[in-house]
Amino acid sequence: MTAITKKPVNPTAHLTPEDIEQIGIELDAIRQDILDERGASDAAYIHRVVDVQRRLELASRAVLLFSSLPPAWIVGTIGLSVAKILENMEIGHNVMHGQWDWMRDPKIHSTTWEWDNASTADGWKHSHNEIHHNFTNIVGKDNDLGYGIMRVDEDQRWHPAYLAQPLWNFINACFFEYGIAAYDLELGRNLRLPKERRSDEFKRNLKNTLKKIRKQATKDYVVHPALSIPTGSFLPTLAANFTANLVRNIWSHSVIMCGHFPEGVETFEKKAIPANETRGEWYLRQMLGSANISGSKAMHIMTGNLSHQIEHHLFPDLPSNRYAEIAPRVQALFEKYDLNYHTAPLPQQVYSAWHRVVRLSLPNGWLATTTVKNLPEQAKLLWAMSTKGPKVRRAAQARLEQQARRQAAAAAA
Amino acid sequence: MSIALPSGTTRSRRGRSLREGLRRVAEAAVTPLELGDVLDVFHPLRRGADLRARIVEVRPETHQSATVLLQPGRDWAGHVPGQYVRVGVDVDGVRLWRTYSLTHGPRADRRISITVKAIPGGVVSNYLVRRARPGQMIQLHQSEGEFVLPQPIPAKLLLVTGGSGITPVIGMLRNLFSRAERPQTDIVLLHSALSRAEVIFGSELRQYDAAGWLRLVELHTDTHGLLDVADLDRLVPDLAERTAYACGPAGLLDALQEHFDARGLTLATERFRAQLVEAGDGGTVTFAGGTPLEADGATPILDVAENAGVLMPSGCRMGICMGCVLPLKEGAVRDLRNGALTTAVPGETGPGGVPIQTCISAAAGPCVIDH
Repeated sequence: MTAITKKPVNPTAHLTPEDIEQIGIELDAIRQDILDERGASDAAYIHRVVDVQRRLELASRAVLLFSSLPPAWIVGTIGLSVAKILENMEIGHNVMHGQWDWMRDPKIHSTTWEWDNASTADGWKHSHNEIHHNFTNIVGKDNDLGYGIMRVDEDQRWHPAYLAQPLWNFINACFFEYGIAAYDLELGRNLRLPKERRSDEFKRNLKNTLKKIRKQATKDYVVHPALSIPTGSFLPTLAANFTANLVRNIWSHSVIMCGHFPEGVETFEKKAIPANETRGEWYLRQMLGSANISGSKAMHIMTGNLSHQIEHHLFPDLPSNRYAEIAPRVQALFEKYDLNYHTAPLPQQVYSAWHRVVRLSLPNGWLATTTVKNLPEQAKLLWAMSTKGPKVRRAAQARLEQQARRQAAAAAA
Repeated sequence: MSIALPSGTTRSRRGRSLREGLRRVAEAAVTPLELGDVLDVFHPLRRGADLRARIVEVRPETHQSATVLLQPGRDWAGHVPGQYVRVGVDVDGVRLWRTYSLTHGPRADRRISITVKAIPGGVVSNYLVRRARPGQMIQLHQSEGEFVLPQPIPAKLLLVTGGSGITPVIGMLRNLFSRAERPQTDIVLLHSALSRAEVIFGSELRQYDAAGWLRLVELHTDTHGLLDVADLDRLVPDLAERTAYACGPAGLLDALQEHFDARGLTLATERFRAQLVEAGDGGTVTFAGGTPLEADGATPILDVAENAGVLMPSGCRMGICMGCVLPLKEGAVRDLRNGALTTAVPGETGPGGVPIQTCISAAAGPCVIDH
C-alpha cells in the first residue's frame, strides 16, 4: 500500500471539509450516547471478566502443579493461555486506556493497573496511548507500523535486508511481549546513541523494564516450576508456562497485525497531516487506518474487542463491551460517506497482513510480476538486486515497476 | 546457664521469617498482581484487606430513610457512638464517597449500622435508601469525628437535633441505654422534623420518653413551625446547667451557636452539609506529572479533576472529613463555603505546600497540586 496522499485516487477525495466535520459531529454523538448510558451493567461486566480471569489463572496454575500428568499439562496450559490472553487483551489493554476510569475504582484504574507482560504499564501507556493512538498509521511517527524494523509501505526504499522481514515478523510474534517492551523503550534508537548521551529517562525506563521482566520470568520460570517439584513437574510446568506465553504472544501479535496491517488499510504521510488537525480529520484518519475482524462473541472477547479496531480507534476510552453495540452505527456512517469499512474473518485478515509483510519484503512489483513460468528468471533478478549493488537495484526496480504498471493496465483493459 | 529464653526467641523469629518467606514466594507467584488482589477474590472481608463492608440488611425507618446494617471487614477498629464513617458506594458503576453517622453503639456481633435519609437529588442517599440490597459490598474507612459524649457522662444533657441530625445522637442514646446499668443522666432531647411521620427512630424515641429515660420534645415543622431558638429558654429552663450537643441543618446550628455564645455557654455541634457561596476567577489546575485542567471558579477542584479522569482521594465532599486533602504547592484556591483565599508560594510556604480540601476549594488563579 501507499500513503493515501500518493495514491492515484485518494479514497477521501470525494469528501468536502464540511463532510469531514459532519462525520466528526456524528461520531461525537455516538460517543455521547454511550457516555450517557454507561453504568452499573458495564461495571458489572468488567468486574465479572476480572473475576473469571483471576479464577481461571489460579485454577490453571493449580492444575499445572501436577503437570507431569499429560492431561493436567494440556488442561492447565490451555487454561493459562486463555487467562493470559484475557488479562492482556480484554482487561489490561483496555483498563490502561482508561476505559474504566469513570468507575473511580482504584483497583481497576489506568493509573494503578500493571499487566502480565514484559513491558511496563507506564511504558505501554506512553508508546501506545499517546503515540500510536494519536499518530495512527502516520509513516515515521507511529512505531506500531513495523515497529521500526520492518518495511510496511511501498514508499520505504527496498533493501535486501528486508528479505528477512517475514522471519523477523515471526520471531517478533513469538516473543511479542519483549518486542513491545523494546519498542516502548525505543531501544533501537537509544542503543545507537553513545552511552553518555542516553537520557536519564531512558535509563530509568530501562531499569524498570528489566525489573519487570525479571519479576515476570521469576514467576513463570522459577516460582511456579519450583512449586511443582513435589509432583516431579518442574520441567512440565516450565514448558507449560513458556507455551502459554508463546500462545498469548502469537495471538496478540496476530490480533494487532489484523488491526492495522491488512491490505487496504490506509497509511498517511507525516507532511500531509495538518499542524492543527481538526477533530473530524483525526476521526477520518482513524476510520481509514484500522481494520475489524468479524466473528463470534467469544472471539471478540479474546481479542479484547480489538476485533472492533475501528470503533476502538475512534473511541479508545469507551468501555470495550460497548464496541459491538456501536459498530452498526459506525458502519452506517462509513456507508453514508462512501468509505471502506474494512472487516473480514480472522484467518482472512491474518493472511492479508502476512501477505503484505511478504510482499513488502520483496522489491515493489516483484510479487505482482512473478508467475510460476517466469519464476527462475525473477529469482535471478532478485538475486542480482540483492547482491550487485545499488545501481543494478535501481535499474531493476524501475523495470519491475514499469512491468507491474503495464500488467495492471492490461488487466484493467 | 539459661538457654530457654534464647531458643524461644529464635523459634519465634524463625516463625516470623518463615511466614515472611512464604509471603514473598506468594507475592512472586502472583506478580504483577498483589497478593491481596488474589485473596480478595475469595475473602474480601479478611484481616489485612482494604476496609470494606457487606450490606446485611436495609431496614426502612421512615419512607425517606433507612438503616443499613453492615458487616465490616476484620480490620474495623470500632467506634465511639456519635462518630461518623466514610463509605464508598458504587452507584450506577461509579464509586461515590459520603459520610454517615454510625447509629449503633458497639455490638456483640461486630456489625455496624448507618442511617441514611434520602435527600432530594442525593445520588448516594437515594441509592442506599431505595436500591441497595443485602450482599452488596461497599468501601469503608475507619470511624472518625469528635462529636462524642465526654467520660464520665455529665449529669445533665441537652441534645438538639434537626431531621437526620438525630443519627449521631441515636447512637449515643442506644449505647447509654444498652448498658447493664443505665447511667442516671437527665437527658432532654429536642428534635425538630418536618412532620411526625418524618421523625427517624420516632417510635423508639417515644418509647424512651415513655419509659422516663429521657424527656423528648418533638417539634414538627408542619404543625409547630420551625424551631425558634428564642423558645429555647422556655422549652429547656435549665439550659445553662446542661452539657449541650446539636446536630442538624446549618441554619439551626448557626442560630443555636449564636444563642449559646450570647449566654457564654458552650455547644458541641456536628455539621452535615456545607453551604457554598459563589466564587469567581477559576484557573488552570496542574497535578504533578499530569496535563493541566481548566477549572472555573465555582466548581470544586475535586470535581474538575474527577471529571477529567484523575483518581482523587475523596470523602464527604462537603468539607468535613479531610479525606480529600492534598498539598497545594503553588497558586491560590478559594474556599467555596466562605470565599476565603488560601495561597501557596514556593519557597515561602514550606516544601510540602499547603494542604487544601479539594472538595470545597475552587481554583482562584493557576494552581499546582501535588498528587
